[in-house]
Amino acid sequence: MSAARRLLIVGGMALALLGMIYGGWYAVFAEHQELDGIGRSLAASFSAAAGQNAAAAQSALEQYRKLKYDYDRHVDVHGHWIGLAMLLIVLGIGLDRVSFGEQVKMLLATALAVGSFLFPLGVLLETLDHGSVPRALAVAGSALVIVSLAGVTLGLLKSETGN
Amino acid sequence: MADCNSKRLGSVAGIDRGGGAFHPMSARRLLLLGGIGLILVGMLFGDIFAVFVLHQNAAKAGESLSSAARAAAVGDARAVALSFQAVGSFLENRGTKVDTHVHMIAFGYLALMLAMFEPWVELRESTRKQLAWTFLFGAWLLPVGVFLIHYVGLAYSPLQAIGWASIFADFGGVLVILASLAYLFGVARHLRQPERTAPEDGLLGDRCAAGRVLFAGGLALVLFGFLQGAYYAGVDLYRHEVLDYSLLSEMTITAAAKNVAAVDTAVGEYGELAGEKAVDIAAHAHAIEFGLLAMLLGFFQPYVRLRESWKRNWAWLLLLGSLVLPVFVLLELKLGLLAGGIADVGGGLVILALLAMWIGIVRYTGEIDAGYVSMGARG
Repeated sequence: MSAARRLLIVGGMALALLGMIYGGWYAVFAEHQELDGIGRSLAASFSAAAGQNAAAAQSALEQYRKLKYDYDRHVDVHGHWIGLAMLLIVLGIGLDRVSFGEQVKMLLATALAVGSFLFPLGVLLETLDHGSVPRALAVAGSALVIVSLAGVTLGLLKSETGN
Repeated sequence: MADCNSKRLGSVAGIDRGGGAFHPMSARRLLLLGGIGLILVGMLFGDIFAVFVLHQNAAKAGESLSSAARAAAVGDARAVALSFQAVGSFLENRGTKVDTHVHMIAFGYLALMLAMFEPWVELRESTRKQLAWTFLFGAWLLPVGVFLIHYVGLAYSPLQAIGWASIFADFGGVLVILASLAYLFGVARHLRQPERTAPEDGLLGDRCAAGRVLFAGGLALVLFGFLQGAYYAGVDLYRHEVLDYSLLSEMTITAAAKNVAAVDTAVGEYGELAGEKAVDIAAHAHAIEFGLLAMLLGFFQPYVRLRESWKRNWAWLLLLGSLVLPVFVLLELKLGLLAGGIADVGGGLVILALLAMWIGIVRYTGEIDAGYVSMGARG
């Protein structure tokens, strides 16, 4: 097995494990609390509006916004880590179909593995820090994945036209 | 494009020598047929759910939110609470249906991946068969349990917050995890052997035309899905989040001011926003999932016992449906129900092609059972 294939398959398995462990932790310790909070804050906001208490309604909505922001990202991180892990494993198995030299394949595999780890990590960090660094990390990670995936597609096209 | 009929006999022999992996009732066959079966039923369920439940349910949830806002506008706090209870019930109904659809398909993918890794699993065939049955039992039990959560509720449950349907669903999940861990243990055992040799598996070395079409088309679909997701994240995601908050804020402010007309406008816009978000996410997820499915199926084409031209036709049909569904889901906001209908037809094409491949795999298995391989397969 070539180093690039091994990196994709082993990296994919590690990423899947990370995604599942994270998902397990999230489901047990955070998901229900966040969902309860979202429902409660939304209902509290409308109840406050019914009592014509605009300030309380806005305060409850502000809480809803924070919880919804975190909830969406937590779910996305779980789904993207596992989805990208499956893609890495499948690409690893089929990498010998890509018509590039070993060095280029290794470069593409490294970019795919690093991007697949960094993109959801950046999204996760957005829940802790609303600054530009986590967002930049997520953008850089997703760009790495897209560019390297385009590279793999090109390599496959090259091999197909070669046939 | 070269076909693989001329290479079929060699491939089959190679596959068989590599661990007797596709014998009748073998673990690989169970996982492959069971996995595709799960994906088929999951997709069929998703199509039925999209046509008969999804839109109606979204409309009811929207009506309940509107009732809550109107109740707030007339100062009726009790009606607000009741309306939110109704929203919660509609969302639970929708959520369990989506979870059923998603888990069936995801477990189907996992079954295909486990089938691919069969030659690397250093366990007795009888143990692998038991694990395959355990995995498939759990993979069916979880989504069926999740589907029943909404209907069974807490009836006869020994627990305060978790009903029998949830308990069985969780048990199914535990079975899937245990079987997957046992497979991982088998792979680790293989890798720990000091004098291990790479297992022979003609399946992965095969270059059928249909397999190549599926792998390349699947990769292109995944790339399309990523690009669409990146566009959504860059252009719409943050705008949607800001709008979500500002429209809810408008609803509560106008409700507090007893301005029912403004409340209705905000509720209407909120419904449109929900629709916009739903189509963006559905297009992104379906393009990538169908792409991954096509790539996985590409590896298993040597087991599809159909005429080569028919195998190519089914492969192209699967890719066509896989492209039509996400593209027309995206167009739903502009073209309305027409685009929704075409998207459902796209889903139907994927199901049809998948069913044809499943039948092809069943036929192929039958021939192995009979102990011969004919070169003149009928499509």
